[in-house]
Amino acid sequence: MTVIYAARRILTMNPANPEATHVAVRGDRILGAGSLEELAGWGEYQLDTRFADKMLMPGLVEGHSHASEGAFWRYVYCGNSDRIDPDGKTWPGLKSLEDVIERLKVEDRVLTDDASPIGGWSLDPIYYGNVRFSRADFDRVSTTRPVGVRHASGHIMNVNTRALKLGGLLRPGINHPGVPLGEDGLPTGELKGPDAMEMVALHVGLDRKGIAADEPGLRQFSRLCVRQGVTTAADLANPLPPEAVEMMLRLTGETDFPVRIVSLRRFQGVTPRELIERSLELREMSTDRLRLGHVKIHADGSIQGFTARLRWPGYYNGAPNGLWYATPEQLQEIFELALEHDLLVHTHTNGDEATELTLDMLQRALFKFPRADHRFTLQHCQLADAAQFRRMKKLGVCVNLFSNHAYYWGDQHYEETVGPERAQGMNACATALREGVPLAIHSDAPVTPLGPFFTAWCAVNRLTPSGRVLGNAERISVEDALRTITLGAAYTLKLDDEIGSIETGKRADFTILEDDPTEIGGVNLKDVRIWGVVQGGRIFSAKAI
Amino acid sequence: MSSPSEVPVTVIGGYLGSGKTTLVNQLLRHANGLRLAVLVNEFGALPIDADLIESSDENVINIAGGCVCCSYGSDLIAALLDLQQVQPQPDHVLIEASGVALPDAIAQSVTLIIRYTIDGIIVVADSETIRNQGQDRYLADTIKHQLDAADIILLNKVDLPEPASLNETRQWLASEDADGHVIETENAAVPLPMVLGGHLNRIPKEIAYQTKHEIPHTEHNAMVIFIDQPVDPETVAQQLSDPKLDLIRTKGFVCGLDGQIYAVQTVGRRRTISVAPHTPTDTGKIVCIRYRYPIDQQAISEVIANCKKIALP
Ligand SMILES: [Zn+2]
Repeated sequence: MTVIYAARRILTMNPANPEATHVAVRGDRILGAGSLEELAGWGEYQLDTRFADKMLMPGLVEGHSHASEGAFWRYVYCGNSDRIDPDGKTWPGLKSLEDVIERLKVEDRVLTDDASPIGGWSLDPIYYGNVRFSRADFDRVSTTRPVGVRHASGHIMNVNTRALKLGGLLRPGINHPGVPLGEDGLPTGELKGPDAMEMVALHVGLDRKGIAADEPGLRQFSRLCVRQGVTTAADLANPLPPEAVEMMLRLTGETDFPVRIVSLRRFQGVTPRELIERSLELREMSTDRLRLGHVKIHADGSIQGFTARLRWPGYYNGAPNGLWYATPEQLQEIFELALEHDLLVHTHTNGDEATELTLDMLQRALFKFPRADHRFTLQHCQLADAAQFRRMKKLGVCVNLFSNHAYYWGDQHYEETVGPERAQGMNACATALREGVPLAIHSDAPVTPLGPFFTAWCAVNRLTPSGRVLGNAERISVEDALRTITLGAAYTLKLDDEIGSIETGKRADFTILEDDPTEIGGVNLKDVRIWGVVQGGRIFSAKAI
Repeated sequence: MSSPSEVPVTVIGGYLGSGKTTLVNQLLRHANGLRLAVLVNEFGALPIDADLIESSDENVINIAGGCVCCSYGSDLIAALLDLQQVQPQPDHVLIEASGVALPDAIAQSVTLIIRYTIDGIIVVADSETIRNQGQDRYLADTIKHQLDAADIILLNKVDLPEPASLNETRQWLASEDADGHVIETENAAVPLPMVLGGHLNRIPKEIAYQTKHEIPHTEHNAMVIFIDQPVDPETVAQQLSDPKLDLIRTKGFVCGLDGQIYAVQTVGRRRTISVAPHTPTDTGKIVCIRYRYPIDQQAISEVIANCKKIALP
């Protein structure tokens, strides 16, 4: 059965046939794109005109997100910018601490008992004059129930007195860099770093289990994907225990599950050899809508948390260099084993020293196990300079840059973490393209919101919260940005032969738009209205999801 | 403030391949009735010698003598909070840090957990490779940080390098100015009381009072000093941890100037002083341990005389 969809305009990302008015679909695949006359040659068809006044693009590909974004919506959104939840409700950004407290109080009134916890997320004190909040602030929400709010960066949590008490931290004599003390010698309620946060997280529901992509979380995530026009999303670091894989296979196998999930096995709690063995098993379990078998490693931490590894001269504010999260030997061993077994590895490198080490280790591994087209990808890779991009090109490495960072932490990078010069060169999309490094850009949702058009807008405009253009020279064109959020991301996941463009033989994945992103212009790119998606030939509207 | 109901925790740091796992196995082998809980980052190829294992599953290995080994992956705090719920509590917890972890950061996080108290930080260094690692372009600052954080450095595998090279490594370590007390070992073989303090009172009397006691591969010397009058516990701890005396560990109870009984403990340079929660029977006794060389009784007598003089001017 062939269906031909008529559209106002179709951007195909196929250079040989860049634009079309119709696309023919048979089952879950594309027969072809062109004019109705051209497509009629495929034989009997049914003409579907529901998208006749809409724009079609290849289904958007989010190359670095975490399905846990779906789980976070169980908690109270406390961010500064508007954010759309899985139900399609827009939660207005909170413009002051007062707003934050008010929204948490609403939750307090909804809960019927006195003891249930309230968890919040995406707080960002940068927008509130960078004041440090205290437990007294959150005691205003409740003194009987534990209250905790994670910061947008994910590295800090603010809690109330009750939560501190339940976590065993309401006592004098604590001596820990992640637990600042007030004048009374007791913790202020700000908890920094995973260890300090973990002490209290369980009591406010924000522990690892609470924010893991469980069944309801993954369902919510899939709905968010439809709203944002995403038909394939990478779930970039999942421990993937057998019970989680079983659940993910079942869910993604449902006939109306609307998105393809590419879930990478995180290197954690196992040896490199075990990691590779497990990944080989996972690879065999892959389905169309759940792609398994790729590997994720963390080389270092984060720049705004001062745990990223920087080359000389290090942090602008003089903070000591960050932390390694893997040894050079582990990186090299994983690279070698993965090359040997043809597995794809994505490595988190935030700082430029982590990027350098990763390239060094990969170069050694490639010497032992030469393999063309391995597509090992550096994730975030925020501080890479031109020389490193040239090296990536030579080594066959792809990059997925964290373009959203400028909009959230650009001013902080300029003023505090890396200083003006390096901040302007962060997430250097233009350099990557110029040097010929295959490029993707990402949200790292839930760190920043899922939404490839927003990410594209960030890469095109490079605006910071204060309105500064952070590195005019690294801005890219709308056309480049649109290719990057489709084919670019697909390439880093080794899926560019299946998705990322609208052409004969590929999966029938489309993003359906009300506005033409090439007409709306770079400044408004984030405001492109999304009707929904076609995923594997199945239609999902944002309204009905 | 620590009290006897608290569980002492030893953090074992050091780079990949330095011998941390070997050390853990040595300690399990010579646990001598102490129930140890070992937390390791991951169950590598052979986290625990096969002959010690009674049973195991995905996350826990049960070991002869009531010891256990658990893997914590990336979440040490959660593993410790879980362990906190286990009854009965282990006598001592060992945390084997990953190769690039900073052991002092781990130790600081352990202090957040009620009931667990840091006994000491041991960093194992491979005498063949530590100098190279300490000068590596990527690793130098991490390695130096680890060495710096150590209360005790186990310079391991000293049987392997050429004597001249070993000497250079010793000098390098000294020049790195790491304050940790250096113990040289082969196969990470070290007497249990040296690295696991907090149990010196458990050393059988005949050993405690001997001046020399043989333990497989290595040797240590122990003596007991008596302080029969109130003293300032801080001064006592400070004097006993003076590098001149070369004592690896001391532990005992003294009567403070305020009449309170204090537990005093030193591990290398680390000093812990706390109010004794109950009146111990052996107030005024401190067990001292030195590695390999005889304890300088003369020097210690002087130190004690000094402490008494300060107390009673
Ligand atoms: Zn991520």
